[in-house]
Amino acid sequence: MFEQTAVATREMVLEKFPPIERIDKGPVAVVECYQKIPCNPCQTACPFGAIQIGADINEIPRRDEALCTGCGVCVAKCPGLSIMIVDGSKSAGTVEFRIPYEFLPLPQVGERVLGLDRAGQPICRALVKKVMNPPAFDRTPVVTLEVERKYLYDFRNFRREAEAHG
Amino acid sequence: MRELELLIIGSGPAGLCAAISAASSGAKVLILERSFQPGGQLIKQTHMFFGSERQYASHRGVDIADILLRRAAEFGDRIELMLNATAVGFYEDNVVTVLKDEKEYFKIKAKSIICATGAFEKSLAFPNNDLPGIYGAGAVQTLMNVYGVRPGNRVLMVGAGNIGVIVSYQLMQAGIQVAAVLDAAPRIGAYLVHASKLARMGVPILCSHTIKEAIGTDCLEAAVVCRVDQRFRPIPGTERRFDVDVMCVSVGLSPLNELLAMRGAAMRYVPQLSGTVPLRTVDCETSIPGIYVAGDASGIEEASSAMAEGYLAGLCAAAGLGHVPEDYGARRQEYLGQLEDLRSGPVGDRIRAGMKLSAL
Ligand SMILES: Cc1cc2nc3c(=O)[nH]c(=O)nc-3n(C[C@H](O)[C@H](O)[C@H](O)COP(=O)(O)OP(=O)(O)OC[C@H]3O[C@@H](n4cnc5c(N)ncnc54)[C@H](O)[C@@H]3O)c2cc1C
Ligand code: SF4
Ligand code: SF4
Repeated sequence: MFEQTAVATREMVLEKFPPIERIDKGPVAVVECYQKIPCNPCQTACPFGAIQIGADINEIPRRDEALCTGCGVCVAKCPGLSIMIVDGSKSAGTVEFRIPYEFLPLPQVGERVLGLDRAGQPICRALVKKVMNPPAFDRTPVVTLEVERKYLYDFRNFRREAEAHG
Repeated sequence: MRELELLIIGSGPAGLCAAISAASSGAKVLILERSFQPGGQLIKQTHMFFGSERQYASHRGVDIADILLRRAAEFGDRIELMLNATAVGFYEDNVVTVLKDEKEYFKIKAKSIICATGAFEKSLAFPNNDLPGIYGAGAVQTLMNVYGVRPGNRVLMVGAGNIGVIVSYQLMQAGIQVAAVLDAAPRIGAYLVHASKLARMGVPILCSHTIKEAIGTDCLEAAVVCRVDQRFRPIPGTERRFDVDVMCVSVGLSPLNELLAMRGAAMRYVPQLSGTVPLRTVDCETSIPGIYVAGDASGIEEASSAMAEGYLAGLCAAAGLGHVPEDYGARRQEYLGQLEDLRSGPVGDRIRAGMKLSAL
């Protein structure tokens, strides 16, 4: 199915997530790269050696949850926009996501947006906590959002309410 | 008639890297570019590229063009770039005829020539495919990203390869709706990370679907699509209508290399490389000594491999002219190694098969 729709199945997604205990300890990268392609900027970008591809540039990246500090450097570097940071340490009821978002206008801190799943379907509300767009991110802004914990494995994107498309 | 050492036709990533490589060995180079702007396909690529650091991965294509042009400029008058200059003929005595600014017509003779002319977009036959509003995906990308023109309001993308998917994403970035992306193939051809970006914005990707007809009087108003079976035959009763004012056809590229055929280089139709290509050695030399090919002109691939081929062709062409740098062997191995790495994975299967069929 994934090869027909580009929407990863639940099992594929779960495989890329670290255990919930790790998520609850603090921020960690989820690298949703499922296909062997000649690409490795995630490995090059990570200052902690937490993403390994190895000598063959076509290998699928592996993230070591023990080494990953959740710094987020890799998020804006991935040309596939396939990396996000999840953090369950902030509260028992919510999780924070940091996702790349290459659309203008950028959302405002404090804004409530519509949370979307991997098929772009609205599933929840999300609160914008932070918007980062420093020169080092090279025009791939990263948005931090707070989402109800039950959407941990479904939330993947958002849409501003005023926008019609999508 | 102007006579020179090395002529490069095309200033895309392949041509620019060939020039940089040859000039760094000591050769004097002239690049002909038919457009008013150098950089080839790169100048309209606003997304980050794949590959490794050595091919500027995770930089945007348009920025890679700037990096290469700055590097070329460091060689001063050893690299001359002539814009608005189309090579229109290529003759046995290595004379190339050039049309400059669409009025001046003159000849250039070079000892060695690298053809880095890129590719052209394939089209698709269906009823009313000549209605205004129906474009090649590359044309729409040029309109948007080079000229800043909105092609319309709602788009149907035909073709789910990398180009179709990337241009769809860029259309959405420009605030244009994408109604759907369809492809006759049973699975998505694009890198799935690119396709997933569209999916999570709610754009349906419809595999095993084709365009049945376009509808409109003076311009495109709607498109009818239908499912196809395993043998790509339309399945009656599966028609769906999309109200769109733009349709992008993105069904692949074909190598652009008629100049080499005209010169008499041995050519072969190689489906894995998406068209008729010149036979060549591992060093990118065609069947005619001193005549090289690099980039999409030698088979449709990627900018990453076009750059590596360009470096290799530039190095070897310069060496053939007597400019053999001390590190010739090491550089050659480096470029060959880059190409091998880029082509080693499953997506490189097709390219490796094509390379065998086009090897000299
Ligand atoms: C939408 C899209 C997205 C892409 N995304 C990626 C990506 O993410 N990563 C990646 O690696 N690659 C990507 N590519 C592919 C990449 O752009 C091409 O593979 C690459 O540009 C090929 O380089 P080239 O130098 O061979 O040809 P081109 O870039 O096409 O350059 C050829 C040049 O030759 C000139 N020319 C042609 N004929 C003549 C003539 N007779 N006289 C004078 N000049 C002439 C043309 O005007 C052009 O400037 C993408 C392509 C497209 C269309
Ligand atoms: S979040 Fe930081 S530490 Fe973790 S993988 Fe990405 S770059 Fe490495
Ligand atoms: S940079 Fe992104 S797309 Fe490339 S290999 Fe790493 S995760 Fe995959």
